[in-house]
Amino acid sequence: MSEKALSARPLADVVPLSQIGRATRLRKIRLAPTLVTGLVLLGLIIVAAIAAPLLTPYDPIEQRFTEAFLPPFSPGHILGTDNFGRDIWSRIVFSTRLDLQIGLLSVSFPFVFGSLIGIATGYLGGRLDTVLMRIVDVLMAFPFLILVIAIMSILGPGLTNLYIAVGVVGWIPYARITRGETLATRHLEYVLAARTIGCSSARIMLRHILPNVIAPALIYVFTGMVLAILTGATLSFLGLGPQPPTPEWGAMIAEGRQYLLLAWWMTTLPGLALLVVGVALSLIGDGLAERRGG
Amino acid sequence: MGRAAYFRKRLLLMAFVLFGVTVVIFSMVRILPGDPAFLILGDRATDEKAAELREQLGLNRPALEQYWMFVSGFARGDMGQSLLYRQPVGDLVLRRVPVSLALAAYAMGLAAVITLTFGILAAINKGRWPDQLIRVGFLFALTTPNFWFGILLILLLGLTLHWFPVAGFGETPAQHVWYLFLPALTLALQLSAVLIRNLRGQIILTMRSDYVRTAHAKGLSGSLVLLRHVLRNALLSTLTIFGLQFGFLVGGAIVVETVFALPGTGQLLIQSITARDYPVVQAITVISAVLVIVVNLVVDLSYSFLDPRVTYE
Repeated sequence: MSEKALSARPLADVVPLSQIGRATRLRKIRLAPTLVTGLVLLGLIIVAAIAAPLLTPYDPIEQRFTEAFLPPFSPGHILGTDNFGRDIWSRIVFSTRLDLQIGLLSVSFPFVFGSLIGIATGYLGGRLDTVLMRIVDVLMAFPFLILVIAIMSILGPGLTNLYIAVGVVGWIPYARITRGETLATRHLEYVLAARTIGCSSARIMLRHILPNVIAPALIYVFTGMVLAILTGATLSFLGLGPQPPTPEWGAMIAEGRQYLLLAWWMTTLPGLALLVVGVALSLIGDGLAERRGG
Repeated sequence: MGRAAYFRKRLLLMAFVLFGVTVVIFSMVRILPGDPAFLILGDRATDEKAAELREQLGLNRPALEQYWMFVSGFARGDMGQSLLYRQPVGDLVLRRVPVSLALAAYAMGLAAVITLTFGILAAINKGRWPDQLIRVGFLFALTTPNFWFGILLILLLGLTLHWFPVAGFGETPAQHVWYLFLPALTLALQLSAVLIRNLRGQIILTMRSDYVRTAHAKGLSGSLVLLRHVLRNALLSTLTIFGLQFGFLVGGAIVVETVFALPGTGQLLIQSITARDYPVVQAITVISAVLVIVVNLVVDLSYSFLDPRVTYE
């Protein structure tokens, strides 16, 4: 509500400031059902990942050939079993740990590195900035997945190499976002004031600019996590990810492909899990962006 | 800056990016610890075999000369020998390019239809249930792994209902259209999910502008204003997003080709990686990067023809 509207009212009607604050805050929370839904979903997923051994009645990699291809809602196996008689529910829940870890680790280095690079080049400008933008131009020319696959083909399959491959290009969005924000900030008064009183460039960038430009990059983290988890699942679907018998959703989908008509649940259910995690993270990202008025 | 100057600058940038792309791909194998020859042949290879391969790949010459061989070879269409098929890489890859291009073009066509339909529908119903439904629906499409969605389509429309073939490319052009429908749809849905968001926002933004109000005031019908005045401007921004998304489309095609067993470059790439057929991987990476560079150049340049007001900085 604008100040004008407030002052036009009779004084007695004016609500105390403290109450306005609370009311607006409450309204904001109510206005962002996307954010709330996303947070609740993600909360449940994280609980499932942490409490995996408590929630699952079976060992996710233990094979019981007498119980193979049981359909969902079979006694003892709520989501059925796969070709090795492994419990699908247990495998899906344990895989949550791995996929969340992929999402988290694949964005952490790119977020930190990309944001710092973006702030430095945006603030310092000059040759450093030109060099960075040319590197970005070159890396952006590669289709993301093909570059990741090419790197993995050289480094070999496995989780660590997945993080490296995603990290090579993953920092770019963060650098672009913070660079743009920094360019808009560097001539603002508080930055000039800090420079006038003799702050070093490093101090200005880390203490003054960073807190003001980091929010959009942080919001992008959720999009980045969705992308990383999908990339991880895709690579594991193609056989380049964590190796069997490790439960991973993409690998489970690949295993189930051969038994599509015999056991549709082997492919369908892990994909749904992947979808739920993706939707939860996207809702949080969207909700946060909405709150910033984006 | 005028159009001609902008074109010159853009082409110069493209030349630089091409140079950068070839340097990155060229260095990728060579900066790794260990001997590329053993990397390709495996640890159990004999020294003679390794020496032979080094000679064949020119790995024992100076780096600069190697780079020149690599680039000039590509320019001549000579991309080396496939280690797995013992054939020239060029023949191997180029034979499969039409399938991948057809898939990409098909997907783009479907994506255009889907984006226009749902983007406009969402924008004119802003805030009401069709808008909400489209938003939620395509949020799901955005986060759905495309390989999984492709398998679901195979299961439902292929294996269960028998409406579509589940694998392969067919023989006649009519069959191609038929066989490629599900893979193209898989790719198109994900692409449209990104584009619809943008188009919806742009239409809503453009609707507020003065000239649209004028058009309405002149008494033009709502649909005419929408198609002639609003859409033409709104689509400009969507076109840019499309250029940026093209790389994802190419990457997605790799996976979708594998799912639907299409004999395209994607399938070849996956085979080559498993077989450590390094020259093929290198060639496909270069070709796909060049494709992305060219598409983005076309998008950027077409801007000045679609919107004469655009000035370049």
